[in-house]
Amino acid sequence: MAKDSGIGAASKRREDVRFLSGSGKYTDDINLAGQAYACFLRSSVAHGRINAIDTAAATAMPGVVAILTAKDFEGAGGLPCGWCVTGKDGPMKEPKHPILAEGKVRHVGDPIAMVIADTKEQAQAAADAISVDIEELPAVIDMKAAIAGGPLVHEDIGTNLCYDWNFGSDKAETDAAFETAHHVTRLELTNNRLVPNAMEPRVAIGAYDRSTGEHTLYTTSQNPHVIRLLMGAFVLQIPEHKLRVVAPDVGGGFGSKIFHYAEEAACTLAAKLVNRPVKWTAERSESFVTDAHGRDHVSTIELALDAEGHFLALRTDTLANMGAYLSTFAPSVPTYLHGTLMAGNYATPLINVNVRAVFTNTVPVDAYRGAGRPEATFQLERVIDMAAREMGIDPVEIRRRNFIKPDQFPYQTPVALAYDTGNYHATMDKLVEIADIAGFAARKAESAARGKLRGLGIACYIEACGIAPSAVAGALGARAGLYESATVRVNATGSVTVLTGSHSHGQGHETTFPQVVAEMLGIDEGQVEVVHGDTGRIPFGMGTYGSRSIAVGGAALVRATEKIINKARKIAAHLMEAAEGDVEFANGTFSVKGTDKSVGWGDVCLTAYVPHNFPHETLEPGLEETAFYDPANFTFPAGAYAAEVEVDPDTGQVTLCSFAAADDFGNIINPMIVDGQVHGGIGQGVGQALLEHAVYDANGQLLSGSYMDYAMPRADDVPFYAVDHSCQTPCTHNPLGVKGCGEAGAIGTPPTIVNAVIDALADRGVKHIDMPLTPARVWAAMQG
Amino acid sequence: MYDFEFVKVGSLAEAVAALKAEGAQALGGGQTLIPTLKQRLAQPAKLVSLTGIAELVGVSASDGVLSVGGATTHAQVAREATAYPALAELASHIGDPAVRNRGTIGGSLANDDPAADYPAGVLGSGATVVTNAREIAADDFFRGLFETALEEGEIITAVRFPIPQKASYQRFAQPASRFALTGVFVAQYADGVRVAVTGASENGVFRWSDAEAALSSSFAPEAVDGLSVSPDGLIGDLHGTPEYRAHLVKVLTRRAVAAAG
Amino acid sequence: MPSVSMTVNGRQVSGEVEGRTLLVEFLRGPLGLTGTHVGCDTSQCGACVVHVNGQDVKSCTMLALEADGAEVRTIEGMANPDGSLGVVQQAFQDNHGLQCGYCTPGMVMTAAALLEKNPDPSEAEIRAYLEGNLCRCTGYHNIVKSIQAAAAALR
Repeated sequence: MAKDSGIGAASKRREDVRFLSGSGKYTDDINLAGQAYACFLRSSVAHGRINAIDTAAATAMPGVVAILTAKDFEGAGGLPCGWCVTGKDGPMKEPKHPILAEGKVRHVGDPIAMVIADTKEQAQAAADAISVDIEELPAVIDMKAAIAGGPLVHEDIGTNLCYDWNFGSDKAETDAAFETAHHVTRLELTNNRLVPNAMEPRVAIGAYDRSTGEHTLYTTSQNPHVIRLLMGAFVLQIPEHKLRVVAPDVGGGFGSKIFHYAEEAACTLAAKLVNRPVKWTAERSESFVTDAHGRDHVSTIELALDAEGHFLALRTDTLANMGAYLSTFAPSVPTYLHGTLMAGNYATPLINVNVRAVFTNTVPVDAYRGAGRPEATFQLERVIDMAAREMGIDPVEIRRRNFIKPDQFPYQTPVALAYDTGNYHATMDKLVEIADIAGFAARKAESAARGKLRGLGIACYIEACGIAPSAVAGALGARAGLYESATVRVNATGSVTVLTGSHSHGQGHETTFPQVVAEMLGIDEGQVEVVHGDTGRIPFGMGTYGSRSIAVGGAALVRATEKIINKARKIAAHLMEAAEGDVEFANGTFSVKGTDKSVGWGDVCLTAYVPHNFPHETLEPGLEETAFYDPANFTFPAGAYAAEVEVDPDTGQVTLCSFAAADDFGNIINPMIVDGQVHGGIGQGVGQALLEHAVYDANGQLLSGSYMDYAMPRADDVPFYAVDHSCQTPCTHNPLGVKGCGEAGAIGTPPTIVNAVIDALADRGVKHIDMPLTPARVWAAMQG
Repeated sequence: MYDFEFVKVGSLAEAVAALKAEGAQALGGGQTLIPTLKQRLAQPAKLVSLTGIAELVGVSASDGVLSVGGATTHAQVAREATAYPALAELASHIGDPAVRNRGTIGGSLANDDPAADYPAGVLGSGATVVTNAREIAADDFFRGLFETALEEGEIITAVRFPIPQKASYQRFAQPASRFALTGVFVAQYADGVRVAVTGASENGVFRWSDAEAALSSSFAPEAVDGLSVSPDGLIGDLHGTPEYRAHLVKVLTRRAVAAAG
Repeated sequence: MPSVSMTVNGRQVSGEVEGRTLLVEFLRGPLGLTGTHVGCDTSQCGACVVHVNGQDVKSCTMLALEADGAEVRTIEGMANPDGSLGVVQQAFQDNHGLQCGYCTPGMVMTAAALLEKNPDPSEAEIRAYLEGNLCRCTGYHNIVKSIQAAAAALR
């Protein structure tokens, strides 16, 4: 029977009450006394040399407080990159990323000047009045052109190639397997550039207290401690104890709010310079040219097979767009989050991955929901599908034939990762059932009778969640640790305050974290409150991204709660005058083994704070514990997805008729929330597959720079999804046995849908269409 | 947005007078104008709101003519134009529900967006655009991209649609904006068939005369099978090439004829 | 500056605004009703939907002065008189129809408007009515379920 509270219960979200009644507190809802407003003058050209900036007229305009340019930030460092990838030729090229453009602009949207005024309108009017003499330079947008002698984005590094990285099995050995293979399938594909589009645009409010010397930054961030560290230590040189970063309610992130952005540093510093709080709120059109974009890979993948369709070897060659500057985690995305995933769910013995990261005159590209893993999965699942079709093998069967078998775990792949658990056959069996694959032929015939072409697409995915451990990440170039912290503060009356370094921006931590603590302590969930998103209240944290919150943050919470139980046991032993080793804890009650002596949770907590007769040499008052958890490994959720589509042969319109997802997330804390995470990931995957595309013209203008041209998925673009997570192989190395579920849908969905469309069009000779599969593209493909 | 003076008037006469001021511009439902102002692509000195003029609001039908007041919202037309179902259907797909509650027929026509729906309905019906000064035949009203026969300060007070025997509007949405990537309005009258195409041409809404001739002699989907639309002068953008739009014109015309029954 | 007055969530309010002041700016600024959100600048996302004289409209695409004399209802006015969640709000919580909460006020206001016009909408009608409301978190699955549940509860 389903539980009604604790781990595994579909507890309703407590945070919903404030969101549904309009009392959420998002960054733009914060207004500080005396605040001024910032507006950034941004480059309208993709590449240019700044000859002069004349701010005189603008400075004299009504309400203008100050106009800042690069020279006002001379003492500040550039925006740091948090991951250094080492390629064949040594460490990556790492050009400076200034807060405001220094001498050159390198993408449309690059900030040139910051105007601060009494009102937003005055700031905007003054920004319009700044005269900038820019000598436009030829822009380089196409990655192949960029590394073939195109204009240099950064002259000082002398190349547009950030790194050339080779990884996995020995290249010669891999190539040799291709020479003797029965069949080789080769596919060139692009992974379309996306704009993350969290519905809440970014906001930053800087404040400075002259009396204490303390800076405060309110920002739309997924990881306020990371921002404090990066901005404090590397950009503005403000020590942690004088810098507080608050990320209150945040309206979605999807990766785009991980990174440290120029506006955060600019508002923080400006608040001190003008001695007033400074607030900046992005307009959506500004978000399009300043939020880090996602994906944008061009790849060639080849799969070698034997006569029975067993995978012998895989090799891929990818160009990955970095944009004009290195965003915070950009270099890690095409390498350690992409190359390492190329084994997928399969026991392919040889895998060689090559990635060249390229600078172009476009917005920086960084992690977006899935981050590297969708790009890997898309390549792999497309080439497998194509191979199956070429060899006349059923797409379900070819996958089953090559799956890592349940008894092969733990499984060491040729691309570094060691999978702890999984059962890919089980999720595929579940998928076949919930997608009613047996009934497809009849549905196809019914569609045909209506003049529609129906296709069925299958894809599997493996995800690596919760990048870890810190030692390994550090060896691979990460400049941060990847642990998480949790503090469990038990109050005198027995209620609990959890301080977590994870950050919720839609994930529901305020509900799920108490489920874990309540289960462990045997108390009511309502007795547990979560605090997050404020460096002034939380000891430390690495934030939320990469589906890490429950696997890493949740594990830290378990460790801290275990410490609480141990301490409480000591107190209980003291109260019951028993040996600590004889005290048992269950359902919120401490009892002495083999006796009827017991003491309740509430009494223990009260005593912790009213320690009238504590033996102070051995027992401290208080009941508060902190734990840092550094995982032993990634977690490896996996699943199998199916989509059915109808293509209108007259218009090329693709209709997504059904979608089914069978996932293995290990143990589940809250099935309702897990379902929601999968739904959302699928929605974004549908967007990537069918609708979304950030398109630049040859001059570097973003053509899809608003919702008028960037197609977001809407309610009528999608059906209800059938999701199932009953296949569970618990993670072996974290205390909850959980794996993470935030990105699965976004990873597995794009190849599933593309495979379905290609299936629908197979009779017409269509072998591949690059995403997004818009009506115009599908129609053009059908014309041959 | 640049600042401007806002005036709300209660009568047509007041509106006409207010619009005589330098830099004055009429404001209908604002569903196009306000986004344009936000992008600072226009800088009117004064906006004259027409939505409070009772005489400009309403839908009525008599003697085979449907009359729609210039400040009538799309939602009201969708609800009340029962005498002309194809037009009601057209109105029911403009923008989204919230936009339809504000956007007006007069505002849409005066703006003449090349991807707007109403121009297809007006041209396809051979409607008459009535202003405070004159009556303008649909064939004379649309002058190209965002350009109409309206003079400065001239206000659309009503549009009179002759109700056809059969009609249908078929639109294919641009995936992002949901404006018409291409839309075709087909209407059969006793004296012939009209076919108006929106979204496709660089010159805005146009009549597809070959299809009109073919359908006037045989009102059946197959009647257009032998025809083709030249991609010359059609829009090519992210969402479709001129060839794709030319193809859609034909597909949608066929569908409109089929749907018109 | 011109002054504007209107009834917001049953309360008479007034203030001075500029011609260009948007209704959403008036609500979020002087009135402090920050439940209504702004998510785009092209009138597409619907985070700003409120009811004006009973009609759902995008408050980012309406001037405050256009709402002079109007009855305005925002997300803050959707709760029951005792402060508990109203039927539509409750259905969203019960069906996990929200995650980050940013699009939610607009979704609730749009859903409420739909259900006033059409108490028994089909799934397709619900999806079509949400054309002007973008959500990036839920894939819309549970939003549609929430509205179906709200419709059932209201019938």
